Amino acid sequence: MLPAGVLLLLFLTYPLGLGVWLGFTDTKIGRGGEWIGLQNYEFLWGDSVTRLALFNTLFYTTVASVIKFALGLWLAILLNERLPFKTFFRSVILLPYIVPTALSAIAFWWIYDSQFSIISWALVKMGLIDHYIDFLGDPYNARLATIVANIWRGVPFVAITLLAGLQTISPSLYEAGAIDGASGWQRFRYITLPLLTPIIAVVMTFSVLFTFTDFQLIYVLTRGGPLNATHLMATLSFQRAISGGALGEGAAIAVAMVPFLLAAILFSYFGLQRRAWQQGGSDS
Amino acid sequence: MKANDTDTQGMYYLASLPRRVVTVYIPLAIFVFVLLFPFYWMGVTSFKPDNELLSRSGNPFWVVAPTLAHFKKLLFHTSYPEWMWNTVFVSVVATFVSLLASVLAAYAIERLRFRGSRQIGLSIFLAYLVPPSILFIPLASIVFQLGLFDTKWALILTYPTFLIPFSTWLLMGYFRSIPFELEECALIDGASRLQILWKIVLPLSVPGLISAGIFAFTLSWNEFIYALTFVSSSESKTVPVGVVTELVEGDVYHWGALMAGALLGSLPVAVVYSFFVEYYVSGLTGAVKE
Repeated sequence: MLPAGVLLLLFLTYPLGLGVWLGFTDTKIGRGGEWIGLQNYEFLWGDSVTRLALFNTLFYTTVASVIKFALGLWLAILLNERLPFKTFFRSVILLPYIVPTALSAIAFWWIYDSQFSIISWALVKMGLIDHYIDFLGDPYNARLATIVANIWRGVPFVAITLLAGLQTISPSLYEAGAIDGASGWQRFRYITLPLLTPIIAVVMTFSVLFTFTDFQLIYVLTRGGPLNATHLMATLSFQRAISGGALGEGAAIAVAMVPFLLAAILFSYFGLQRRAWQQGGSDS
Repeated sequence: MKANDTDTQGMYYLASLPRRVVTVYIPLAIFVFVLLFPFYWMGVTSFKPDNELLSRSGNPFWVVAPTLAHFKKLLFHTSYPEWMWNTVFVSVVATFVSLLASVLAAYAIERLRFRGSRQIGLSIFLAYLVPPSILFIPLASIVFQLGLFDTKWALILTYPTFLIPFSTWLLMGYFRSIPFELEECALIDGASRLQILWKIVLPLSVPGLISAGIFAFTLSWNEFIYALTFVSSSESKTVPVGVVTELVEGDVYHWGALMAGALLGSLPVAVVYSFFVEYYVSGLTGAVKE
């Protein structure tokens, strides 16, 4: 009864181990590698591009996750209001999440085009700027542009899952709060947030996890450029391992992401525990 | 879910209409506009003739003389139809393989109650959290060793690595909600485990199966990094990879064709999704809530 077990062992557990092992070798494409111990990691530690990629990844993840959370929560609260066509809105809003990221990234690429960008066009027409913005050519612009695209893709997920959490909060709690004279902000701060914390923890873990290991958006939009300013760990490891052929080195970069992921998972685990504790461990 | 779902009236009547317009409708409209604009832009661009695309005069938000030239180019002068077929084939097969494996695994974990089943359940959840960007390098070398490099089978066999953990997790939740007594009755009547699974559990968990199936289908349709790494010849590429790697040629980008490709590649998932929104949302939220 465990074909799943076989598949997972062969294609998940084994590769994980193999990945760790490859990280300690100097394997190249088409040639087996020798055990070289920590040399890959030593090299990467001194490699300025890798350091930059680590910085970029942390920057990208932090900024994108915080904004995704804020906007997602706001959108969830808006959708929790009584609205006409609520289900329609809800389904439409998830679209960015459904569509293949590589393809929507191409749309963003076109939106960010240095000569024909629609954003630049609109801003010029409004008289706010006088020359077209080079979205993907300048390091900081490129970072912000990729972050915006990531947020665009991630907000629906955060919003819809938080909405599911919001719907379980009883309106009578808000009524009770209002009778006791709580302002709108106080109701949000002392009723919504505490009740939503457990689900926020889980949602944000997922969000952080997938932002941290993001690949498609960067690969399509910038391939890590300009001047490696948007290289993330995942794109760098792809570049070194597949394009550059240094499988061992690429694997080492990928393995270097694991500690961060573990931290995120632990965070989620304690979030879940807190949920069980808050609800007396009886809710399913 | 709580019992107060019927009591949704709340305090909404307290807010006046102008206030609601400012605090609810306007922000919501902005959100919807920003979230949908790239799709609109994709659509508009794909119908624009080249001279309109590259002119800065006129209103870029509208098409003056719509043309199907980009779609024609895409369908008859590139391998796009082939990529489409590959994507459909790979997604459907990978989805079915993973669903089958997940049903068996979820049932085993949930109902056979062997020693360590809880730990296996947890490890399945953790497996779901392992992102493809860590696995693609070692998987590439495995795919190579198995001689599957550059074939559709490389994708069909590797996609389940992220589909199975997810669908198993989702189905475990569904199976748990089916009363145990039903199965006991069947056991007494002499049904085997497989018969129970096939005739009692599966019919009862159709919504769960649909959720998991839709989710798995969209995930494998959208998969990019494995498809990019394991396949290199044009005949076996999937749509996302094909559009990104083959339609972008040289310094002059054919934006019309690119957008048309992106639009056509997005449509099937969007259509499938629109038919099963509720299942999809319940899958999404269910996976997070557990």
